[in-house]
Amino acid sequence: MNKHLLSMNDLTADEVVRILDTAESFREVGTRVIKKVPALRGRTVVNLFYENSTRTRISFELAAKRLSADVINFSTGGSSVAKGESLKDTALTLQAMGADAIVVRHSSSGSPHQLTKWVRGSVLNAGDGTHEHPTQALLDLYTMREKLGRLEGLRVAIVGDVLHSRVARSLSLGLVKMGVDVSLVGPPTLIPPEAQAWGVQVSYDVDNVLPKLDVCYVLRVQTERQRLEYFPSVREYSRLFGLTHERVGMLPDGALIMHPGPMNRGVEIDSDVADLPRSVIEDQVTNGIAVRMSLLYLLLGSAADA
Amino acid sequence: MHLERPRNIAAGRLFMTERHLLDADDVRRALTRIAHEIIERNKGADRLALVGIANRGDDLARRLAQLIVEIEGTKIPVGVLDITFYRDDIGMTAEAPEVHETRVDFNINGATVVLVDDVLFTGRTIRAAMDALMDFGRPRKIQLAVLVDRGHRELPIRADFVGKNVPTSRAADVRVLVAEIDGEDGAMVEDEMPEGMDARGSTGGKT
Repeated sequence: MNKHLLSMNDLTADEVVRILDTAESFREVGTRVIKKVPALRGRTVVNLFYENSTRTRISFELAAKRLSADVINFSTGGSSVAKGESLKDTALTLQAMGADAIVVRHSSSGSPHQLTKWVRGSVLNAGDGTHEHPTQALLDLYTMREKLGRLEGLRVAIVGDVLHSRVARSLSLGLVKMGVDVSLVGPPTLIPPEAQAWGVQVSYDVDNVLPKLDVCYVLRVQTERQRLEYFPSVREYSRLFGLTHERVGMLPDGALIMHPGPMNRGVEIDSDVADLPRSVIEDQVTNGIAVRMSLLYLLLGSAADA
Repeated sequence: MHLERPRNIAAGRLFMTERHLLDADDVRRALTRIAHEIIERNKGADRLALVGIANRGDDLARRLAQLIVEIEGTKIPVGVLDITFYRDDIGMTAEAPEVHETRVDFNINGATVVLVDDVLFTGRTIRAAMDALMDFGRPRKIQLAVLVDRGHRELPIRADFVGKNVPTSRAADVRVLVAEIDGEDGAMVEDEMPEGMDARGSTGGKT
């Protein structure tokens, strides 16, 4: 395995399988009374978050703690970053303190890649701008494989604001790598023009796609990243692309509903739809801890200079 | 648990010899004897549990449990333990060690747990297994059963039940085969020896 995890493109299909299989063992650890193993005792993991996050940061923190690593949470408010310190100087400071891994979230695409040039430890991308969010993609792959028993040959639609979604890019790359049939669905203004190059199909009509799916993956409408008006109104978006109760009725029996969170209930997904048994949004969160334990173990469990 | 050891076969200088330790009948007899010894030592099979160390230890544990049912009429729980996360060499190998399944789905509090492994060597695997086991509860006793004890301990650990004691050189590779994985039962030792030396010369010991 590569030393860092920056993009789903860094991983081969075999490595993805290895990460998911190892995560399976960590799921077992999560069911014990003592949910902790000594695998990464004495290692230090730094959570370096330049953007707000609840689930990803807590998930990484729990993952590292359950591996017995020491965890430092570094968020930009109340730190030297608020005094104007650059990413490079912050990274060098963390390195001087002996960080073995840096989990980074940043609003600029490519900043985790920059970090790898400055630090000796592993860098894990926990979301960079509108670029990638590979650990989210891996926990989604894990959840699909767990619930449906396989990945190859599945039909998955990713619905919504693909343009601003780092999850959509990472997940598309990961799904295509694993032989999944992927459709991106949304208003033309929110589908990036280069999407075809990811090896996916593009559709602008959600009702046409729903009856042929194994998984309907709903994206959050990211109003905080949208500088322009990409659709006339939230109400119109919801009417054309929102996963309503009627639309759920068009899905085949047994098809899953997934969402990376946090949800805008009533916008991209109806409130009662999010709480249906076939919606596995909470499983995604639970699996996220096991998948991140697996990644930290595989990245930090090998010799540093190997 | 079988710790990997790189095989250095320098052409022309070293060659490998393979020596048979146990055949399928020997394995069957050894396991039957160990099953009797476990019952004898513990005065029955009450509150007894077997936990095999992956790989191969778990297969041996299931067979011992079956033998104990036949001898004593008591069904005892069997678990499987993967000790990877408890190893003392994580971060020292080029790749993170491969992980196997762990399943201990019964209460070990107050039980006498017999750890079962194929080969006892340095004792490090058993140290890790005891740590792993303690995370599942507080057994009253832990005992150790192994099919082959090859010596060269690096920790103060010894087995309670041994199929066969085998003197080996430190560099030798002892392998136990189980029908469930390898298609047949048996045990063998593979040794490196300098060219020209008699095949029986280096192991020397009792015959």
